Amino acid sequence: MSVEALAPLASPGPVDRVPVLSMRGISKSFGKVQALDDIHLDIFAGEVVAIVGDNGAGKSTLVKILAGVHPADEGEIEFEGQAVQIPDPSTSRALGIATVFQDLALCDNLDVVANLFLGREIAGVALDEEEMEKDAWELLRQLSARIPSVRVPIAALSGGQRQTVAIARSLIGDPRVVILDEPTAALGVAQTAEVLNLIERLRERGHGVVLISHNMADVQAVADRIIVLRLGRNNGDFLASEVGYEDIIAAITGATEHARPLPDPPYRGPRRIGPVA
Amino acid sequence: MHPESARSRAAALVDEVRTRLTGNLGSLPVVVGLVIIWAAFQVMNPSFLSADNLVNLTLQCAAGGTIAIGVVLVLLLGQIDLSVGSVSGLAAAILGVGLTQLGWPLVVAILAALAAGAAIGLLYGLLFTRFGVPSFIITLAGLLGVLGLQLKVLGPNGSINLPADSPLVLFATSWFLPPWVAYLLSAFWAGGMFTAAVLRRRRRLRAGLTISPLGWQAAKAGGLLVLCVLAASYLATNRGVGVMFVFFIVLVIVMDVVLTRTRWGREVYAVGGSVEAARRAGIRVGRVYISVFVLCSTFAVVGGLLAAGRLMSVNLNSGAGDTNLNAIAAAVIGGTSLFGGRGSAWSALLGITVIQSISNGLTLLNLDSSIRYMITGGVLLLAVIIDSLSRRSRAAHGQA
Repeated sequence: MSVEALAPLASPGPVDRVPVLSMRGISKSFGKVQALDDIHLDIFAGEVVAIVGDNGAGKSTLVKILAGVHPADEGEIEFEGQAVQIPDPSTSRALGIATVFQDLALCDNLDVVANLFLGREIAGVALDEEEMEKDAWELLRQLSARIPSVRVPIAALSGGQRQTVAIARSLIGDPRVVILDEPTAALGVAQTAEVLNLIERLRERGHGVVLISHNMADVQAVADRIIVLRLGRNNGDFLASEVGYEDIIAAITGATEHARPLPDPPYRGPRRIGPVA
Repeated sequence: MHPESARSRAAALVDEVRTRLTGNLGSLPVVVGLVIIWAAFQVMNPSFLSADNLVNLTLQCAAGGTIAIGVVLVLLLGQIDLSVGSVSGLAAAILGVGLTQLGWPLVVAILAALAAGAAIGLLYGLLFTRFGVPSFIITLAGLLGVLGLQLKVLGPNGSINLPADSPLVLFATSWFLPPWVAYLLSAFWAGGMFTAAVLRRRRRLRAGLTISPLGWQAAKAGGLLVLCVLAASYLATNRGVGVMFVFFIVLVIVMDVVLTRTRWGREVYAVGGSVEAARRAGIRVGRVYISVFVLCSTFAVVGGLLAAGRLMSVNLNSGAGDTNLNAIAAAVIGGTSLFGGRGSAWSALLGITVIQSISNGLTLLNLDSSIRYMITGGVLLLAVIIDSLSRRSRAAHGQA
């Protein structure tokens, strides 16, 4: 996989374009626990969609369905307008959905280059370390990432730098959609800023970004659209520029009830869903 | 040359040396330990460093060291194989019975032994990946089971002498390199290392990457050449460099290249570092485990054959006693971590040299094997403590 393939995708077009990824009426239960109930969701290229909600709202389950960890019980997933099934993680990756889980899944004993290309090494008979190192620098430069050396083991990096490596790794296959599960949860102020900056780079490159977060400040800093889940259901789809902190908190806690967006196609771009009167 | 650039080059060289010395201690503690051990034995018995004894030492190292290469592989995955001794014994038994009682040609006997080893490793790998039984338990069962198999193969005789004119016996006991061949091989090795470094440097330049100073590479290759030639010329005052020892060194080099330069090697380190991360990266973790268990048992077979050739006999005690623990101890003493993901093929060579030096030195001092066992046990314990401490110190310095 060369970095040339990672050139920015087409810039965001008009609002009536087809979403990269949409979920229609997705439900999932574990035994008697209804984790997701009739969820609708659209992701467009070049936008950052934050999914927020209290513990148990179903954020993680949603991510796992998209990542192919669990199959959905009901509902449809469309990718670039085509109905798709995501039975396992490799299908998800092959479609062009990259997921960065909270635990990052990096090998501490390997260096940055080895981690970036793990499972997708550039190799003939022997590993082509030079090509991989060059591509690693190129990728990190595109992301304006600050990594002192790509030849240090992951163990020697800070939390923010590890998050950066994990996100950079997800870009190696040039995915259309990047899902970030709590990317700033364990980070300090400066490192959080670094990761938020990185998320903006992803948007500039034209990826659809799904950001799962507990942190409202982070969400309001980078998100274009905010989708609220409550008890496994949609409880609001806001344009970030038009909504205040209190509104989101109210939707998360259930103080206000919001209708979910209408599922009928053709589905037109991001828009605000007003409170139910 | 411009003085500025000369100065910056010198600074880069100093930097390189400093990081090699402080940042990553690597095998330095083992080498220092080895020098101390040799000095101590030399003081107690002046014949320890005689050419004759050092030639013996090289031959003693080859068999156990070969087994230790396999142990390094399983340790890199964070697993263990406790049955390498039994497997080496079974290999010896198959060889002995095949050669003397069944009249097999040597090649057939060796292939049969290798196949048996690979089959045992495959069984371990399948048990591990299918049922998730800890490798500790699987190979403990293997230790007993394979020992039983060895006794069964040997039958009632219990002891078989190998024909003294068998090529395997000659290979292990009386084939030595003429000095000029030894020098040539040394030059070939050092030259190859330097050429590889120059080529890598050229590729890095072309890719626009930073390069380390050529002087360091030249110094390393030159140092290696001088060391090898000095060692070979000293051993040549006696019998010379044993072909079996060279065979062992070649196995170490090949395994080192495979581990550091191929996709499979990268996968081994990744699985040892974090199984979950490796799995999510799309690595077929099960295959890596199985391939490593197969290789480990196969190396144990090769080691067992070398030991049988050197002792010229096969019996109930082949592979028994301290063979097992010596091989495992060698891998750990040489610097391969018990916790997985850290180590190199070279630790087999370094570790077995330490173990055999102690054993050889204590034998020269006419010390009882009771003392030998206790001292070897102590050294193993020390190595494991150093491993644990360095792990803790890496964690404390944010490099765990």
